[in-house]
Amino acid sequence: MRHLLSTADLARDEAIGLLDSSEDMATTADRAHKKLPALRGLTIVNLFFEDSTRTRISFEVAEKRLSADVINFAAKGSSVSKGESLKDTAQTLTAMGVDAVVIRHGASGAAYQLANRGWIDVPVVNAGDGTHEHPTQALLDAYTIRKRVHGSSSRGKGLDGLRVTIVGDIAHSRVARSNAWLLTTLGAEVTMVAPPTLLPHARESFPVVMESDLDAVLATNPDAVMMLRIQKERMHHAFFPSEREFSQLWGLTAERFARLSERTLVMHPGPMNRGLEICSEAADSPQSTVIEQVANGVFVRMAVLYSVLTGSEA
Amino acid sequence: MTARTVLQATDIQRALTRISHEILEANRGAADLVILGVPTRGVFLAHRIADIIASIEPGTIVPVGSLDVTMYRDDLLDQPTRASSATDVPVAIDGSTVVLVDDVLYSGRTVRAALDAVTDLGRPKSVRLAVLVDRGHRELPIRADYVGKNLPTSHAERINVHLVETDGTDLIEIAGESE
Repeated sequence: MRHLLSTADLARDEAIGLLDSSEDMATTADRAHKKLPALRGLTIVNLFFEDSTRTRISFEVAEKRLSADVINFAAKGSSVSKGESLKDTAQTLTAMGVDAVVIRHGASGAAYQLANRGWIDVPVVNAGDGTHEHPTQALLDAYTIRKRVHGSSSRGKGLDGLRVTIVGDIAHSRVARSNAWLLTTLGAEVTMVAPPTLLPHARESFPVVMESDLDAVLATNPDAVMMLRIQKERMHHAFFPSEREFSQLWGLTAERFARLSERTLVMHPGPMNRGLEICSEAADSPQSTVIEQVANGVFVRMAVLYSVLTGSEA
Repeated sequence: MTARTVLQATDIQRALTRISHEILEANRGAADLVILGVPTRGVFLAHRIADIIASIEPGTIVPVGSLDVTMYRDDLLDQPTRASSATDVPVAIDGSTVVLVDDVLYSGRTVRAALDAVTDLGRPKSVRLAVLVDRGHRELPIRADYVGKNLPTSHAERINVHLVETDGTDLIEIAGESE
């Protein structure tokens, strides 16, 4: 794999290979010595044009676990605030001998541009671009579901026959998009639930079912329910009348959570707005995978970085 | 492409039995032994050796596991991306005698990687190496303590190890341009 830009272009074999590789990376987590020397001598820059805590730190931990040297770049306080373009910033950094770029950018397609415009000649990993994709988040979600469902016999398996419901701000969610492609590629049936104003415009281009009645979908006992964060920073219009109304109609409230089957996984990519899209009862329950998702994110990112940075074509 | 069989199933069985006896003799019993196979075929050989040791010395259970060395290789940037395998080491290896098991010893680079992997897991009292086939052509100062069969080869030849667990049959053959 040369770059990881999108989950839409991941073949099933490739995706399962990454999940299997993530399992091998996970075995280092409970050792006294957690590092592997695979990327020793390589330098990775984390190019973050948007705020991020968990994704940036997760990538940094993954890079350090694989012995890479890490440069963290935040747009705030850099020459970007003087008006430097993405192209010039990227070329400046790679001129210093960077071997791979992990990019988070507010513009959809930024990672694709960086990888395909011929500006730089190193692998690019998309850590979230606008409202487009967040492929490593989808991979860690798939990993988390696979691990919970299949346990120690998960190697080599997909998510065939599993039903996953994604709820919330679908229209603005790169997490939802990446999951729609990846989970479907892995054999799961994906249903997206949102107020009509927060469903994507080009619905037919998604391989998923779109609904607006959360209670009707939850009544079908899905294997996993993924609650998305309401992204106030991307909402420039009034998409729903009030937070209270959103929570009542599309939030995982205590009352809805109590109706869920005990084997339905409760997922959230974080950071959570407790009391808005998810209640604390659900977030802190044994069915919740929120903390596991964070832990698994490191393993999945290790697998991705190993894949793009090794190999003779890299 | 010609392939000639050099070891049959019974030859492999005899070699593993002898190696098991040699391990027990050198270690003066099965105490503190940990047998770690290098994936893929080394893991199955490690399990076979552990089973044979258990049958030679009834009542002993030798911990056996797998040690993936992919992340420790020195050719990760030159070869197509290598898929890793599972590492499963069932016990702490500090103070133990670790016996690494692999199917073929060739350049020695896999063993070099395995030694680094062992070092990251703990500090064994000693590390030994058992291989089913030693085909020569070492590129590093590494040798095996227990060898099933020495098979002098040319670089152009290939050693194909087939095991029941992975290939349905026990067989070792040399393939390629044997003069």
